[in-house]
Amino acid sequence: MSQQEISSSVAEQVAGRTPAGVARKVRGLSDRAIAWIFIAPTIVLLLAINVFPLIWTVYLSFTNFRANRPNRDVEWVGLRNYERVLTDSDIWHNMLVTSHFLFWTMFFQVLIGFGLAWLINKNFRGHGVWTTIILLPMMLSPAVVGNFWTFLYQPQIGLFNYVVSFFTGADPSSFQMIGSVDLAPWAIVIVDTWMWTPYTMLICLAGLRSIPDYIYEAAEVDRAGPFRTFWSITLPMVMPFLMLAVLFRAIENFKMFDLVVELTSGGPGSVTELASINLKREAFEKWRTGLSSAFAIILFVTVFGAANIYVKALNTVKSR
Amino acid sequence: MNRYRKTWAAALCGTMMSGLAVTSAQAEDITLCWAAWDPANALVELSKDFTAETGIGMKFEFVPWPNFADRMLNELNSGGKLCDLLIGDSQWIGGGAENGHYVKLNDFFEAEKISMDDFAPATVYAYSTWPKGTPNYWALPAMGDANAWFYRKDWFSKPEIQEAFKAEYGRDLVPPKTQKELMEIARFFQGREIDGKTRYGINIFTERGSEGITMGATGALYAWGFKYENTPGKYDMEGAVNSPEAVEALEFYKELYKCCTAPGYTDSYMQESLDSFKSGQVAMAMNWFAFFPGLYKDEQVGGDKIGFFVNPGQNVEASTLGGQGISVISYSDKKEQALKYIKWFAQPEVQAKWWSLGGYSAHNSVLNDPGFKDSQPFAADFLVAMGGVQDFWQEPAYAELLLAMQKRLHDYVVADQGTAQEALDKLIEDWTETFEDEGKL
Repeated sequence: MSQQEISSSVAEQVAGRTPAGVARKVRGLSDRAIAWIFIAPTIVLLLAINVFPLIWTVYLSFTNFRANRPNRDVEWVGLRNYERVLTDSDIWHNMLVTSHFLFWTMFFQVLIGFGLAWLINKNFRGHGVWTTIILLPMMLSPAVVGNFWTFLYQPQIGLFNYVVSFFTGADPSSFQMIGSVDLAPWAIVIVDTWMWTPYTMLICLAGLRSIPDYIYEAAEVDRAGPFRTFWSITLPMVMPFLMLAVLFRAIENFKMFDLVVELTSGGPGSVTELASINLKREAFEKWRTGLSSAFAIILFVTVFGAANIYVKALNTVKSR
Repeated sequence: MNRYRKTWAAALCGTMMSGLAVTSAQAEDITLCWAAWDPANALVELSKDFTAETGIGMKFEFVPWPNFADRMLNELNSGGKLCDLLIGDSQWIGGGAENGHYVKLNDFFEAEKISMDDFAPATVYAYSTWPKGTPNYWALPAMGDANAWFYRKDWFSKPEIQEAFKAEYGRDLVPPKTQKELMEIARFFQGREIDGKTRYGINIFTERGSEGITMGATGALYAWGFKYENTPGKYDMEGAVNSPEAVEALEFYKELYKCCTAPGYTDSYMQESLDSFKSGQVAMAMNWFAFFPGLYKDEQVGGDKIGFFVNPGQNVEASTLGGQGISVISYSDKKEQALKYIKWFAQPEVQAKWWSLGGYSAHNSVLNDPGFKDSQPFAADFLVAMGGVQDFWQEPAYAELLLAMQKRLHDYVVADQGTAQEALDKLIEDWTETFEDEGKL
């Protein structure tokens, strides 16, 4: 019995067991209507938990609503919340901190991730074990990672300070990674890079393994050197994968919250206060729901816009 | 067969009855919410008497301090029924009253003959009344508290240390009487070798996320005479919040942090203060009185090794207020049982036991007892501190006001950004914006 015959036999059995009343009603429906019936629950769910909150947030962003004062009159304030967000120097500072975090985490994760993938791709003895070990950090919870790195960064007992001291000869307690204004932004970059480089590595590895051997063989026949091979074959062919990894990680890091809260709570001062941390404070600690809705919409438009431009660039690279 | 049926029916009946009894017992249970800290354990012990007396079971929801405000204010704002009773922070009283979270207790107090005159006036003012100072009661003072200090008495009493201190400062090494003396002592201990280990001067609150640095720095600000308003109730902050005294106090706090704390304590609050002291890193540390019974009992650093002192004054004698009142939550379905608990808790004998277990009673019968001052090594300091406590804003928008102060202080003290004058000027801008949003300015 062929696959098609089995399927139609199962379909007949199911149809035979459909109650007569239901069968009568369904019989008159078009295929399109039946398709809609099947996808309707998903669409309703999507509207309820995604689209409606988004529209509601847009509405709230034009009001002075506070979620902790449900009984207070809600006033329409027009664009005032947007104006306050866009002219608030603290929020611009948050955006700057976020940009610094985003740029350097992407830079290091792509660089190290690609390097590791290139090494692992060499298929040396024990590469499977090393792959597993390298992947471990990204399997941990960000809250756990944030917490234990605070211990590693502790100036008096922290391993990180001792390692730096071993190589530089500096006194371990002479510098504070998460307490120093200059070092704290780098402290969060280091931890995020440690945790998420394996992710970039995995995607790059997939890219490297997708390059057919015959291309390298052809390059060898053409007497291309290792640098030329890398520059003209490996890098261009892995580029779409790299860009995809950057897209995923950039979107994630734009929303970064838990890891940094556990590490620094946005401090010292506001040196590591990312946009998401301030947004949470505005929304759920200060309870400025209207203003924080405007802030959230601005962030959403920024990410959405940037991601769209990026995806277009990605498509251009892929089509080359 | 019939006999079996009867047996099964009887067993079923029995099971149903016992089920009903359990359900009924559970229906009588009430939940008390508070922070997870030493006094909460004492309250669990104390509340066993309430259950024995009334048959009402007690459940507890204790949340660690850093998340306490977040968790509980979210619960209140969403009209949650988790807590029947809440021992909420003093600053929440305005929001609790105005947003309808707390039950007003005036009629209940009158009916049950509970008089607020039986409690220390400072605690009634701070923990129970809203609007401030009016006879509108939203809580019963449950836990008196203030920020104070403890020190390594054994180090202070070492002859070589005393000698060195006298040689350097020309006076005896004793607990400080002023903030400036406090800094001198901290400076003296900073980096000093004692018993073969490097020690540090002091641990102060620098925490950024919740309320830490505000609670710590206000200890210095109040001692210099800091005021929130020129005229109480007018929200006229210019010249009060950023007065020359306030600027000097904030500069002092920053210097204390820079000169004399152990490395790594840039986000330090209650637990970090205890850790730094218990691990023998620092000579002095600030913390709430609530922790003092536990510290005194500590095998490593307690007993004869520890001493306590009240927050030293500078221009005035003042301490930062801690502590909480106990309120009945208006969304609770068990208000009657919750009110029974408050009635029971207000009794003088229960308050006496509360103090003996490690809680800080605010009842006059306990505080005015002739033996109170000698009942614990920190009891006399507690009385002194409670006589001069000052609290943060207790407005409904307190969280917003607090976060602004946390940011401005941390930016200046820990992150080295700007000057004290700028920090306080910006703080006034933030607070003005909040009060304008609130319609109070």
